[in-house]
Amino acid sequence: MNRRALRKAKNGVFLALSLIATMTGLACLAAILWTLLSHGLAGMSWHLFTAMTPPPGGQGGLLNALYGSAVMTLLGILIGSPIGVLAGTYLAEYGRKSRLSTAIRFINDVLLSAPSIIIGLFIYEIVVVRMGHFSAIAGALSLAVLAIPVTLRTTEDMLNLVPIGMKDSSAALGAYPWRTTISVLYPAARSGIVTGLLLAIARISGETAPLLFTALNNQFWSTNLNAPMANLPVVIFQFALSPYKDWQDLAWAGALIITVSILVLSISARVLLALLQSGRGSGR
Amino acid sequence: MAIINPRHAAKQLIYERVFRSATLSAAILVLLILGGVAVSLMRGAWPALKGFGFSFVTREIWNPVTDQFGALAPIYGTVVTSAIAMLLAVPAGFGIALFLTELCPPLLKRPIGVAVELLAAVPSIIFGIWGLFVLAPVLQRHVQPWLIAHLGVVPGIGHLFKGPPFGIGVLTAGVVLAIMVLPFIAATMRDVFDTVPPMLKESGYGLGATTWEVMWNVVVPHSRVGIVGGVMLGLGRALGETMAVTFVIGNAHRISSSLLAPGTTISSAIANEFTEAVGDLYTSSLIALGLLLFLITFTVIAAAQAMLRRLERRGGAAL
Amino acid sequence: MIPSIKPPKHLKMRVPQTSAAETSLQSGPPKIEIRGLNFYYGDMRSLHDINMTLADRSITAFIGPSGCGKSTLLRVLNRMYALYPNQRAEGEVLIGGRDILGPTVDVAELRYRVGMVFQKPTPFPMSVFDNVAFGLRLAGGVRGADLKIRVESALRDAAIWDEVKDKLHADGRSLSGGQQQRLCVARAIAVQPDVLLLDEPTAALDPISTLRVEETLQALREKYCIVVVTHNLQQAARVSNVTGFMFMGELVEIGPSNQIFTSPQDRRTDDYITGRFG
Repeated sequence: MNRRALRKAKNGVFLALSLIATMTGLACLAAILWTLLSHGLAGMSWHLFTAMTPPPGGQGGLLNALYGSAVMTLLGILIGSPIGVLAGTYLAEYGRKSRLSTAIRFINDVLLSAPSIIIGLFIYEIVVVRMGHFSAIAGALSLAVLAIPVTLRTTEDMLNLVPIGMKDSSAALGAYPWRTTISVLYPAARSGIVTGLLLAIARISGETAPLLFTALNNQFWSTNLNAPMANLPVVIFQFALSPYKDWQDLAWAGALIITVSILVLSISARVLLALLQSGRGSGR
Repeated sequence: MAIINPRHAAKQLIYERVFRSATLSAAILVLLILGGVAVSLMRGAWPALKGFGFSFVTREIWNPVTDQFGALAPIYGTVVTSAIAMLLAVPAGFGIALFLTELCPPLLKRPIGVAVELLAAVPSIIFGIWGLFVLAPVLQRHVQPWLIAHLGVVPGIGHLFKGPPFGIGVLTAGVVLAIMVLPFIAATMRDVFDTVPPMLKESGYGLGATTWEVMWNVVVPHSRVGIVGGVMLGLGRALGETMAVTFVIGNAHRISSSLLAPGTTISSAIANEFTEAVGDLYTSSLIALGLLLFLITFTVIAAAQAMLRRLERRGGAAL
Repeated sequence: MIPSIKPPKHLKMRVPQTSAAETSLQSGPPKIEIRGLNFYYGDMRSLHDINMTLADRSITAFIGPSGCGKSTLLRVLNRMYALYPNQRAEGEVLIGGRDILGPTVDVAELRYRVGMVFQKPTPFPMSVFDNVAFGLRLAGGVRGADLKIRVESALRDAAIWDEVKDKLHADGRSLSGGQQQRLCVARAIAVQPDVLLLDEPTAALDPISTLRVEETLQALREKYCIVVVTHNLQQAARVSNVTGFMFMGELVEIGPSNQIFTSPQDRRTDDYITGRFG
């Protein structure tokens, strides 16, 4: 019986450790959110949304950075997601089993986890160096490259989830694949594809490294896509590392804004996916 | 009898060709992007590689003034911070996955699972500033002095914990990286454990095994490939992580025997110095660092993906 | 339900002459006693007031239509239901004289003493030898030469020794379906349990493997108290010496197999056996 007691004790120890691990993980999440809230809220004010990023030690806001992030994220999605959706469509509809598709899927998965700073270097080489200067369009392009793998993966997965009967029925009426895809499959997989878009936006809106040497930063208001443009992550990077308290407060406020937006986007994506699945389950 | 308008039919065919080419081009673009990344990195790195040769990878020196550069310090920092991160995150992630699949009361499963995934969505720059302003001071004031006093005197590993408690440094960067990678590893392991057929687990319980015994002897061997794949994917992310590390690594191009000393990683070196690099050799050396990072992460991630694909294919044929 | 008309005797199912029920083999003393057992999934009661006694050294088969509760009953006997929330059992279940539903019962020990073989073969991801040795190693105390002897004897009793003796170190999953199931039987009996439970053990097997497993069970009957749940009426008749018919969570009738299959007392049993529903 001693052996049995030993086994039970061992079981208890490991289960307790797993509980501790979970609590530690949750505690970290809580600590980070708490810090964000307390420091970020302290730096919040209406100025954030009305004033530009200030010179060192000055008062100001984040308007140009917010605008720049919004513009570049939007452009990045506008450029990247159609490519991702089309490529995902190819993999799901035309190239189910071919060697090319296998290779593309593999490469896509690699790009999905690749370091974003490398993408930044890539765009630097082919856009910034060619153009001779940093620019918002270069930043948007680097974000687009990051958005492609996410949208490709979700599009392919979602299209594959559509019941094969639907595809067959459409083909049996004489429709070409393009017609089936556009008129039947896309509407059927609509929420899934939108979820993919939301996830891509959440992913790229927080990226700093690729913007460091493509869009750079801009202290002033600028709407010129051909010039460096302010953006939230790089501003946070610069201000947080500085010794100026005003700048650090702005950095925390910016961090809070980014985190809240991304969490809202992630939660919306999740809710959308749940609605999609419950709709499916009710046998529509 | 069905009447078909020939002009309409011809148009349909044209649309089909256009659509198919569009999707194919988009798909090939993905391949081109990867190829483009590789080629452009090699071109940018060429001056440095030509100038320093293979010794680029083995030298520690990093001097912009004399234009002498070596990748050893960043490589060392990248490897060590990732190793620390994995050492901390893999057991913790395993524990969380174990908790979620076996212990967690059903009501809490959803919320905790969601919390883990939300933690994964937080951008890395947040971890960076949190590490700098919150974690580093805590480590500096409480943890590091303890480590120096108690572990710094142990023969064999003592040299790892010597030196003044800066707060920032290789160890701190490793810890921040661990927290960043933890949700990814926990979620991946949980997904892998969820695919184990309940009947298999019940067979273990049916023989009188405890929860831990079923986990360790049945679930883990069954999902071995998935676990390794998931861990390697996490490692790939840790190796390439920039913002979480840059804030707390200290940016010293030095290899020190102590974990408490500042250092640098490939990605933080690039992030910190790229925009201020003057001179072609300096810039090219930084791009060469990027090329090294690309090669390392590509290998790790590709191997991980290959393993996970094998798991997906076997999953259909298994029980 | 269709009002039943008793079919002529010659249409009733024949119990084979050489069935275990006909050969006079002694059963042992009572091993399992169930008193007033009720089982609930959440608020839904799926077992109603079950009372029965099962003897040692005999094979009891439970038959009945899908959803009648026979698998649920089986899973009460080793408290497998306790792995899932919202499932609970009330009443008394005595195995070897001790109430296994009591609060002080060590569930892991119970499951060690009450073995179970499942519907689908579930070899563990390890070698044939390690599969069979798994339970023995858990309990400890059996090592080295002793372990080898126990493993071999279990594989012999499960009628699979000759087929695996040259590949004891091959992965358990590399065996055929029928062999895998006999491996699972070997694994369950290696620890010499007091009771052996089998939940539709041949449902996923081809006829030849089914036959092998049934032969194994009949041989095991001399040592163990065996409870089998099956959909296959002929199998129940072939293999068991006591049969219980369950319907909608109730134990309708239980008795010697040849009596159940030739002249059941309850109309519902008769209807099921003659195929009027099922």
